[in-house]
Amino acid sequence: MKTLDIFDLYRQMESNNILLSFKGTITSELLSSVLQIMESKMENLEESLKTRRKVFNVLVECLQNLYHHIDDFEVHGTVDEIEHRKSAIFLISRNPGHYNIITGNFLLNENVEKLKGRIETINSFDREELKEYYKSVLNNGEMSDKGGGGLGFIDIAKKSGEKLEYNIVNLDEKYSFFTLIVKIEQN
Amino acid sequence: MENLNIEGSAKTPTVEFKTSGSLLIKGRSIPENSIEFYKPLIDWIGAYGGSPQGTTEVNIQLEYFNTSSSKCILDVFKKLETLSGTSITINWYYEEDDEDMLEAGEDYQAIVDIPFKMIEVEEL
Repeated sequence: MKTLDIFDLYRQMESNNILLSFKGTITSELLSSVLQIMESKMENLEESLKTRRKVFNVLVECLQNLYHHIDDFEVHGTVDEIEHRKSAIFLISRNPGHYNIITGNFLLNENVEKLKGRIETINSFDREELKEYYKSVLNNGEMSDKGGGGLGFIDIAKKSGEKLEYNIVNLDEKYSFFTLIVKIEQN
Repeated sequence: MENLNIEGSAKTPTVEFKTSGSLLIKGRSIPENSIEFYKPLIDWIGAYGGSPQGTTEVNIQLEYFNTSSSKCILDVFKKLETLSGTSITINWYYEEDDEDMLEAGEDYQAIVDIPFKMIEVEEL
């Protein structure tokens, strides 16, 4: 990549109010660092405690969703292919009045409908229904061996108080790319 | 049996479970995999149930917890539910204005058959 492209990328990020971005392999250590960086950034920006809590909570869930997805994602092929498909991206932007947390990852086409269904179900609920849904999944839902058990998206929607915005692009006969955009109002 | 003490970290809470009947979970619980962390806590409660104190006070003072932990925290409460011969109270602490944390406590209160006390504090 030429120097000019990097500057262009920088400018694009700058004009989109990106505070922090990452593309690559998501590890536990990376998540720890990002959370720490975001905590001190928000403190320096003198965000209210309420905003800091909300952004931190939602960020934890978004990033751990990515982490678990990549961990469970079975990719076959060469080392390079696996590395490529297991790569993910996330961006955190601070716009006038709200934060955005954006994540992107590959997924198998066969799982697209299931994912859409889960998000659409969550988006169909109002606040009270979402609260009840969270409680029922917490109490009755099957726990995965990592503990999550499908609460992640519900919690993100509940805490952000906004509909989950997403996009799924079909890439080829095997893979699609999923983008999630979560908005958190500043308080 | 011995007390269970676990020092807190950036992603896991401080745990102080005392055979005197005082159980504390404090700090942050945001590990990627919570089951591993919570298993010794649930095992300890099981052992404590063998000869519990007349009263057991559980203090939950969490600043943040992720959804991976939320199931495990419910498992801790469900394990406490199985104890007999001890009167249990769960004190659920939350910082003022932290509606999400209060709501989380109320969710557990609705599911778990143990008396809850919601305690608002200025800072955890």
